[in-house]
Amino acid sequence: MDNRDLLVEVKDLKTYFYLDEGVVQAVDGAAFDIRRGETLGVVGESGCGKSVTARSIMRIVARPGRIVGGQILYHRPGNGNGRQQTIDLTSLNPQSYEMRTIRGAEISMIFQEPMTSLSPVHTIGDQIGEVIRLHQGVDKDESRQKTIDMLDFVGMPLPDRTIDQYAHQLSGGMRQRAMIAMALSCHPSLLIADEPTTALDVTTEAQILRLMHRLQDELGMAILFITHNLGVIAQMTEKVVVMYMGKVVEQGDVDTIFHGGMHPYTRALLESIPRLGQKTRDRRRLAAIRGMVPDPYALPRGCAFHPRCSFMKPGLCDTTAPSMQEVEPGHKVRCARYTEIW
Amino acid sequence: MTIPETDAIGPSDDLDEAPRPGEVAQELIETETMELPEEEEQLYVAGQWQLMWWKFRKHKLAVVSALVLILLYVVAIFAEVVAPYDPSTYFIRYKMAPPTPIRIIDAEGQLRWPFVYQRVRDRDPDTLRDIYTEDRSIRHPIRFFVRGAPYRLWGIWEMDLHLFGLDAEPQEQAIFLFGADRMGRDIFSRLCYGGRISLSIGLIGVLLSLILGIFLGGVSGYYGGRIDTVIQRVIEFIRTIPAIPLWMALSAALPADWPIVRVYFGITIILSLIGWTGMARVVRGRFLSLREEDFVLAARLSGSGEIRIIMRHMVPSFLSHIIASLTIAIPGTILGETGLSFIGLGLRAPAISWGVLLQEAQNVRSLAQAPWVFWPAAAVVLTVFAFNFVGDGLRDAADPYAR
Amino acid sequence: MIKYILKRVLMMIPTLIVISMISFVVIQLPPGDYLTSYAASLRQEGDRVDEAELEMLARRYGLGQPAYVQYYKWVSGIILRGDWGQSMEWRRPVRDLLWERMALTVAISSISIIVSWFVAIPVGVFSATHQYSVPDYLFSSLSFIGAGLPGFMIALVVMWIAMRQFGLNVGGLFSPEFIGAPWSWPKVVDLLQHLWIPVVVIALGSTAGSIRTTRANVLDEMNKPYVETARAKGLKERKLIWKYPVRVAMNPFFSTVGWTLASLVSGQTLVAVVLSLQTIGPMMLRALTSQDMYLAGSFLLLLSTLTVIGTLISDILLAWVDPRIRMEG
Repeated sequence: MDNRDLLVEVKDLKTYFYLDEGVVQAVDGAAFDIRRGETLGVVGESGCGKSVTARSIMRIVARPGRIVGGQILYHRPGNGNGRQQTIDLTSLNPQSYEMRTIRGAEISMIFQEPMTSLSPVHTIGDQIGEVIRLHQGVDKDESRQKTIDMLDFVGMPLPDRTIDQYAHQLSGGMRQRAMIAMALSCHPSLLIADEPTTALDVTTEAQILRLMHRLQDELGMAILFITHNLGVIAQMTEKVVVMYMGKVVEQGDVDTIFHGGMHPYTRALLESIPRLGQKTRDRRRLAAIRGMVPDPYALPRGCAFHPRCSFMKPGLCDTTAPSMQEVEPGHKVRCARYTEIW
Repeated sequence: MTIPETDAIGPSDDLDEAPRPGEVAQELIETETMELPEEEEQLYVAGQWQLMWWKFRKHKLAVVSALVLILLYVVAIFAEVVAPYDPSTYFIRYKMAPPTPIRIIDAEGQLRWPFVYQRVRDRDPDTLRDIYTEDRSIRHPIRFFVRGAPYRLWGIWEMDLHLFGLDAEPQEQAIFLFGADRMGRDIFSRLCYGGRISLSIGLIGVLLSLILGIFLGGVSGYYGGRIDTVIQRVIEFIRTIPAIPLWMALSAALPADWPIVRVYFGITIILSLIGWTGMARVVRGRFLSLREEDFVLAARLSGSGEIRIIMRHMVPSFLSHIIASLTIAIPGTILGETGLSFIGLGLRAPAISWGVLLQEAQNVRSLAQAPWVFWPAAAVVLTVFAFNFVGDGLRDAADPYAR
Repeated sequence: MIKYILKRVLMMIPTLIVISMISFVVIQLPPGDYLTSYAASLRQEGDRVDEAELEMLARRYGLGQPAYVQYYKWVSGIILRGDWGQSMEWRRPVRDLLWERMALTVAISSISIIVSWFVAIPVGVFSATHQYSVPDYLFSSLSFIGAGLPGFMIALVVMWIAMRQFGLNVGGLFSPEFIGAPWSWPKVVDLLQHLWIPVVVIALGSTAGSIRTTRANVLDEMNKPYVETARAKGLKERKLIWKYPVRVAMNPFFSTVGWTLASLVSGQTLVAVVLSLQTIGPMMLRALTSQDMYLAGSFLLLLSTLTVIGTLISDILLAWVDPRIRMEG
């Protein structure tokens, strides 16, 4: 493995939320790597900790959430001299100058709701230009020109008009383009996309995904793509991390996961995708994962998935928390019985 | 990538449809409600009030305030008993007398039953003002349930029992908890009687607002359409008229020769003239959202009359909100009366209300000389805050999701 | 935008008509005929009653004629000639009495609003960004108390303290020598010296309310996704809070300034009576108690109109600051 390819290493990340009702272990020991220029998909149900992981990398976890353990190593690419610098993001103060120069410039993020993620009372240009001025230290005129270029780059029609418009004047797809323009305006090395197409209709989703593909080809940034949609994962990413209740339960490249997924949870996820071409007559009911997401305040003992698992073995799965096992290089699974059940 | 492209793009939302714990619980509750047999409905309603009470009980400040309010109302109701003296009796020897100090340790340093020293009036040789000193040789113990000035409790029973007092002849030695006014009347006794008007005007005023508000707001929200538009216009209009000047103008128009009772009701009506609009808005909002609910439709399909649907099915479901809004509206009415009476446009002497009593404090010189004439203000403020806190607590209890 | 304003202005007209009717009813409320009372008050003062003058007044206001004729004459007098009627007590045209008082009233209210914002906005934002901290609890309780205390009682307490501690009688807006004097530089200075007490008293209540509103609004906005977007840009926390959530939270705030101003003008009536300010409050009270009805009715009409105009201004401002409403037209 070439270590110089590594961009971000998430090691045993723990982000807990301290609420009146108890402590929620939103992310509990997540670990994965992101390489330069690659796309890593993170998939899981709502509340599995994938968004909190993303916010932990950005260091924008909202109170009462706190990173309580682990490391996020960011290997900052060298400026041409080939020497890279390694920074542990968890050791930085979220408000510090160093973190703020990384956030939004080197690592940036786009969000799920393009409508509400843009300020209703500032123009698109104001919001994009702000990032450019902040990180590139250019004046108003220059940042305006750069903003127009950026809007043009993400395929915004009439960029020199759109720049003075407000979010509510744009369609959902256009808003998400504006968000992407904002996130990419400082050419980050990592773009975190937190369910960027969930709120969009199917056609617009396809456009945005194509756009992201093109931008990645042209700009070469890595993408951390968070979604609950396995179809999007299949289309967008090269490697996949499957999360369940704050833990990574399986990771591997996309083909391995889709065709040789080992974890019962991964299998269950895959079976719940509707497939085209199934005959109506003999179509079985879509397999839903039985049971429900456990109460985050009282996680089950042992493997967190055991109450919903068809392969649960009493005395093993409900008592001992399984550890991560390497199936083959690059493919890891967190299941005590993976050798027995497949 | 071997997954077919078409498949890949379709958003598979099934993951999101996995029910969350809260939702499931919600469903369970709903199904239970529907399956409840008719006779258990009462029990269920009681359960709701029980829930409200539990929630309210957690709000410590609200509970304390509720107790304060109960105390205030009890004092007002039994003013004749609680007040040691008649509110209109002049103690000519005690004009502007400061509050009587109550002591439990005598001159020798011995702990005793609460008592007051003999009061002696003197004249300051420089300012020629009356000053009151204590003669430490004579003690007057405070007695509970003493016989004193005769009165008719609620105008019915002749009695002369008072909650507390001194053994001495009142014109000679009197106990003034809050001091005496310019005419030598006991401010504490007057406060007790004044509470009758000030505290009841809030309740009655809000009751009037409630009747108007429920009726017009209900009609507006239930029928909608043109009636709704007209009523909404009227409400909007009333809200554009500034309340205080209108109150002033209208109460100034009440004939000066009206008896107290009539002025009292006149003022109450004037105060609720604006208050009902707020109530009507709350009611209308509730009706609008309830109108679409299934249980209303069910009632209509089963042939219930409109009035029955409103009174039997809709009103109970938002009664708690109404009570909370009512509580929050009361201070406004009380302050309205106090303010109007204070500037001389509301009730006038010989009527006794906290606002009327406050007229004594209007002159800042007399206020500086005898700050105790300001006690009625303390009563008003205490009441207003108590109602605010109770209202807050009730609102939270009535609707756990409201901010 | 222009269409929107026009629509609002047109909607104002029926409201104003009804308001004028109500004010007219107030004028008509006291028993007896205005002229008789006027003549009586003249006689009481020992003046000779000029029959011709009475005759002229009767014709001018249609006295003795049906109510609608009187109403028409009154309203048309105001609109066409700026004639608000005759003050019985002051024996001057109401018009002459109205404007100086009105100007002072609006001035005091405006200053109070500005003062209260200067205090309330930073405090409210601080409370919101430091939710559940000790200062937040402190400010919240103080604002709860401030909002619950009636202004006229605060005024009394302030006057009492001034009297007791400094031996000052702080009522009024001018020292005695300037009352009724023409405007001059020393008079302005004198006004400013007297102004702070009423401003503090009036601002206190509205500051308390504004702190609560600011805090609630900012808290509301802080959880919106666009704030997270701004945070993800790498902005400084303080800068992003003032630029985004505060900016949005201030919208309803500034845009209701017209309405707030109008309600302050009417709401301070009692405070003005206590502090004996030369504003409309005490004069209206006096007019009402002496049944000087043209004066009282005019005040009611003027204050109501002010509220209506305030609401109009607020609606326009709201449309102006919030692009979402502006664009709807």
